[in-house]
Amino acid sequence: MVQIALNGLRVEVDEGMTILEAARFYGIAIPTLCYLEGLSPYGACRLCLVEIGSPGQSKLVTSCTYRVEEGLIVRTDSDWVIKRRKMLIELYLATCPSSKVIQDLASKYHVTSVRFTPWYEDCILCGLCVRMCAEQMQGKAIGFAHRGSNRKVTTPFDKESEVCRLCGGCMYVCPACQSRCQGPQEEQPVCNACLNLQQPCLDYFDDKMCFMDPCVACELDTNRELKVKRRL
Amino acid sequence: MNTNTRSKLAIPDDLTKRREMLKDRLDPKKQRIVVCGDTGCTVCGSRELVPVIEKVLQERGLAKKVELKIAGCLGFCENGPLVLVFPGAVFYQQVQAEDAEEIVEKTVLQGEIIERLLYTDSADGRKITCAYDIPFYKLQKRVLLETGWYIDPLDIDDYIAHGGYAALAKVLGEMTPEGVIAEMKKAGLRGRGGAGFPTGLKWEFCRASAGDEKYILCNADEGDPGAFMDRSLLEGNPHAVLEGIIISAYAVGAKEGIIYIRIEYPTAVLKIEQAVRQARELGLLGRDILGSGFDFEVAISKGAGAFVCGEETALIRAAEGKVGEPRQKPPYPADVGFGGKPTVINNVETFVNVPLIINRGAAAYHEIGTESSGGTKIFCLVGKVKNSGLVEVPFGTTLRQIIFGIGGGIKNGKRFKAVQTGGPSGGCLPEEMLDLKVDFKDLAQAGSIMGSGGMIVMDEDTCVVDVARYFLQFLKSESCGKCFSCRVGIQRMLEIYERITTGAGSIEDLDLLEELAVTVKDASMCGLGQTSANPVLSTLRYFREEYLAHVRDKRCPAGVCRPLFRYSIDKELCIGCGSCAEQCQAEAIVETEEGSYSINPELCTRCGVCMEICVADAIIKG
Ligand SMILES: Cc1cc2nc3c(=O)[nH]c(=O)nc-3n(C[C@H](O)[C@H](O)[C@H](O)COP(=O)(O)O)c2cc1C
Ligand code: SF4
Ligand code: SF4
Ligand code: SF4
Ligand code: FES
Repeated sequence: MVQIALNGLRVEVDEGMTILEAARFYGIAIPTLCYLEGLSPYGACRLCLVEIGSPGQSKLVTSCTYRVEEGLIVRTDSDWVIKRRKMLIELYLATCPSSKVIQDLASKYHVTSVRFTPWYEDCILCGLCVRMCAEQMQGKAIGFAHRGSNRKVTTPFDKESEVCRLCGGCMYVCPACQSRCQGPQEEQPVCNACLNLQQPCLDYFDDKMCFMDPCVACELDTNRELKVKRRL
Repeated sequence: MNTNTRSKLAIPDDLTKRREMLKDRLDPKKQRIVVCGDTGCTVCGSRELVPVIEKVLQERGLAKKVELKIAGCLGFCENGPLVLVFPGAVFYQQVQAEDAEEIVEKTVLQGEIIERLLYTDSADGRKITCAYDIPFYKLQKRVLLETGWYIDPLDIDDYIAHGGYAALAKVLGEMTPEGVIAEMKKAGLRGRGGAGFPTGLKWEFCRASAGDEKYILCNADEGDPGAFMDRSLLEGNPHAVLEGIIISAYAVGAKEGIIYIRIEYPTAVLKIEQAVRQARELGLLGRDILGSGFDFEVAISKGAGAFVCGEETALIRAAEGKVGEPRQKPPYPADVGFGGKPTVINNVETFVNVPLIINRGAAAYHEIGTESSGGTKIFCLVGKVKNSGLVEVPFGTTLRQIIFGIGGGIKNGKRFKAVQTGGPSGGCLPEEMLDLKVDFKDLAQAGSIMGSGGMIVMDEDTCVVDVARYFLQFLKSESCGKCFSCRVGIQRMLEIYERITTGAGSIEDLDLLEELAVTVKDASMCGLGQTSANPVLSTLRYFREEYLAHVRDKRCPAGVCRPLFRYSIDKELCIGCGSCAEQCQAEAIVETEEGSYSINPELCTRCGVCMEICVADAIIKG
């Protein structure tokens, strides 16, 4: 056991635990998008930021990947954390307004306006599907390709996968498309929550999955022009 | 002993004997022609010079007497192809094949100087003969680069003759690993790869790490656009890098090392491969080096050139054959590195300092530099300075000394505006900061970074808003893309820049930009994301007025952002010749009733051709 200071409380936690696990164990909520119990932590969504270290020398780290150490001082909801977290949520909303998970996060953390042009992406590259496929479904059918702004989730060489068993695990965990939301649109800035729970792809195809980029089904669903325009 | 035989050096004495045999190579009276073989001069045609000089020497029967060397970078890249003639270090610039015969004929044979090939001092128009008298070189402190003038990078014997591998022999023969580490600490050596971490401390952590299997990694990825210090060292003095690596391996207790070098550096790859081969032949790599019982081998791994692979954790993954993506630290590589084993990863330039420290002694080495950073740092001075090239100065030298002293000030009589240090994720510093001493800490406090040593000088014609945008553009495609904050944050910042530079920006955009930049900085995982906001934040801090001009007055003061400035014609000055109207591709220039001309801003594409053409200087930009 190691002792840490969690939001001012002295608590004991198991060695080897991550800050996120420790906080959740003690009932403190930290928002996450790329973390799922049962999958290895990945540290891509950056939402689970917490402040560690004594004041004046502190820094922000992702709690899902940072392991507790003796004497660690953790603040999960400091001013600093909240400011950065809210900006991240605003960026998520602008990236993927049609995700219900993200809309819900925005409501919960009081993000009420978006100062960026919406992109209507189908994927936030959280990597849950990739890890789900590899770690739980033993599939390894999908992975990341390219880097920077071109990064995407896809099958090897964008070819239809020979190892994918169409189990649907990837879609099940996807925060961007597991339940669709109309999101704030120009004519209609209100979120029509949950009007569209069905993944659009299933209406059109029996066997296409959300890892296709561009996803054929979602292209039908969203405004293609918007997507083209945003690639600077 | 015949130095051509590659018999192993079994004990330190063998090395000393070999050096003794090679003594005549050090003869200061020996006549020598050194041609710069680095990329810059090669592009200007230095390689074509070599066979011509060879032929002339052959014809005159001088092939034995006069030594011809192809060196690494001679530093003053601006004026290539460069040729040095020894004794006397006569410096010839912009030498072409047709000059070769004359150089041999006059300078080598008769000691006569060819005026036309000399360097002309930009300050007083004086012709300077000796390289050491040229201010560009004179004001530097060339402890790392100097050797490159004398040795042939492809010949280990040249390196040995000039004292090479003596540090290794000393370390293996007389010093304990702890002693070597203590020496590095005392010398105040800090990593030259960017972060400036104390090298001795890094080695100590790795040495103390559990396990017998440890690795040394040499970071020769050098991905910063416009930076070529590491390439020059590898091309000019590869054995010094190798010697540093072997010494560090001894200090840390590693038996294997990897040099991770970018494949875009074919010459550097060739030279370091040759160096490793030669060192192995002489037994300076392999089992029982110099009879000390210490074993060490080095492998070379070629990287495919993603900028982010220079980050240490990404580099380790790339060297392991995995996707080059950074990972969260801790654990640090000193605990969990290559193959999960404790690993020391250092920059090329860091390694080159190691033998120097051992040879000179830590105290003497630390006489150069500042309290916290010992030694010198090599910078790539480029941009709008008169003298650009590789510049080596002690830590603590001011930006002014580098830019106005060594660099000779701004080209074409323009005004200095900003200097960008530290590569794409560095910051832009204004004139007020010119007296800043160049040091890891001071630069970071000023909102920039040391980085690996890029230094881009900008004059009044540069728009800093556009500069920040340019670097973000680079980082947008070079980020690994894993962290949402880095990947999307950079793209969103670019969106805002797009607005600002096309006249669609607002004052609120500046606040949004700042808020976004600090988020990217605080929320991203690795150094790339954390520093990607530097170009944005530093320009917002020092050049806010220029941003305001863009968003408030819809004007680009430097005349770079095309939608934000206009060309017009001064009627008083216009002589009515009409040549601008003839050349204007957009047909935007028409004759007026008074016989002068005027530009229609709706049609004008801001190409600037009219301004170049006008003999009366009647075209106004603004
Ligand atoms: C995005 C990024 C790129 C980097 N590129 C390089 C590089 O090209 N060469 C290098 O030596 N270090 C580079 N570094 C720094 C390395 O991570 C590491 O700190 C360094 O190699 C350690 O060596 P040193 O202690 O000798 O400086 C980079 C860091 C980051 C964050
Ligand atoms: S549906 Fe295919 S890609 Fe998705 S988790 Fe299952 S096997 Fe992997
Ligand atoms: S498809 Fe969904 S689960 Fe997969 S990376 Fe994208 S957002 Fe995450
Ligand atoms: S900060 Fe950027 S480059 Fe670094 S790991 Fe995150 S996404 Fe990759
Ligand atoms: S949950 Fe930690 S970074 Fe996504």
